[in-house]
Amino acid sequence: MRHRSLSLAGTVLAGLPASAMAGTVNIDIPHLTVAEYHRPYVAIWLEPTGGGEPRTVAVWYDAKHRGEPGTKWLSDLRGWWRVAGRNSATPPAAISGATRAPGHYAIPLPGDLKPGAYTLKVEAARETGGRELVSVPVTLPKQGGKAEGHGELGAVSVTLP
Amino acid sequence: MRFLNLALLATAAALALPNAASAHRAWIVPAATNFSDQDPWATFDAAISNDLFFADHFPMQLAQIKVTAPDGSAGTIEHGATGRYRSTFDVHLTQEGTWRIGTESTNVMGSFKVNGVEKRVGRGRGGPPPGMMPGGAPRPAGEGRGPGGEGRGPGAPGGEGGRPNIESVELSAIPADATDLKLTEAISRNEVFVTRGKPTETFFKPTGKGLEFAPLTHPDDLVQDQPAKFRFLLDGKPAAGLKLTVIPGGKRYRDAEGGFEAVTDKDGVAVIKWPQPGLFWFTTSTTDNHPATPRATERRLSYTGTVEVMAP
Repeated sequence: MRHRSLSLAGTVLAGLPASAMAGTVNIDIPHLTVAEYHRPYVAIWLEPTGGGEPRTVAVWYDAKHRGEPGTKWLSDLRGWWRVAGRNSATPPAAISGATRAPGHYAIPLPGDLKPGAYTLKVEAARETGGRELVSVPVTLPKQGGKAEGHGELGAVSVTLP
Repeated sequence: MRFLNLALLATAAALALPNAASAHRAWIVPAATNFSDQDPWATFDAAISNDLFFADHFPMQLAQIKVTAPDGSAGTIEHGATGRYRSTFDVHLTQEGTWRIGTESTNVMGSFKVNGVEKRVGRGRGGPPPGMMPGGAPRPAGEGRGPGGEGRGPGAPGGEGGRPNIESVELSAIPADATDLKLTEAISRNEVFVTRGKPTETFFKPTGKGLEFAPLTHPDDLVQDQPAKFRFLLDGKPAAGLKLTVIPGGKRYRDAEGGFEAVTDKDGVAVIKWPQPGLFWFTTSTTDNHPATPRATERRLSYTGTVEVMAP
């Protein structure tokens, strides 16, 4: 299970404009040397530290899976599914996307987040592979943070402008 | 079903009741409890055994199991099959929300005397209760008992195993001049809940009758590091002091059973701390003197369930 971040795979910034001002979530999906590799399902969300509704930032899954709908395995992201995913019938298109290849990704935080303490959570689940949840405490708009995954995820950080 | 013999059915019925002298447990185990699919199927095993969830004794009878959709309508068991040790079946979760899959039975058993002669009612340790014998299948030769030697044959007149020869009659057949009535009304439920999408509370709204599971923590919202609050009501009021027995599955791979107890507080709430993720079986029962059955003297109520606890 050697893994390394493929920063060479490029940095993808989606939807740059105003929202980028709120900050950026950086995640590494590690390259794994395994016989059967499938891109992981990934959910990125924020939980207000003082309680309140979680806010999904992004969910990457196989929406166009042939045969059974790719939503079948959303519940493998069990942490996200429990607190946020199952509250809507299918992930809203605005926050969902296809699964990603190993690499570094930068995802803008929503521009309308209220200041305050949050836990950023990144969860990855991979077919025939493992599942991992990485948490990063942050305080918007000033205090970012970082943490390291050990299997399904690499470095996870929140950088603020 | 045709192949099942009376002894097996009677035993299955008897064992579905807790407080039976044995540790046999009835269980319905889902492969998973939460579904994100747009067209999900839940699949189950159901059996009666000592160790959880090791199917090595008797299958639960599919005819006993009812499926209820989130909107309260009846669901269906599909792809049902009953093997020597367990039944398996699927439920097509055609609606969003929480589904209930379970059994509910009311049996009256006990004894009375007529002119000093003792007679029995209901199955007791005797014959099966009404409705437990679809088709009245004949008893195949040589299949009188399970390998475990249960010694619980259908207590037809004639008895067996050296037991006294006591006649067993229907409840309705108790004569007016009967004396020494000792009749127990036993109401037991055994349920499991599975959820497609967002959990719903349809099945946890109290009806005010009998022993009810009215959890404060939804049974499809269980995580190992978060204690669950399971509330029980008796005739609509908090069932205080109720003892819950909770047993993790996987006994086959441990030395000890690993079960533990939780007791309900004045609000009828038991707090359950999960020692590990996985499947858990729980049961509770209580007895009082408020049976609904005329001439019954005691009411025994039990609730049994299986839940899935996720890793954090």
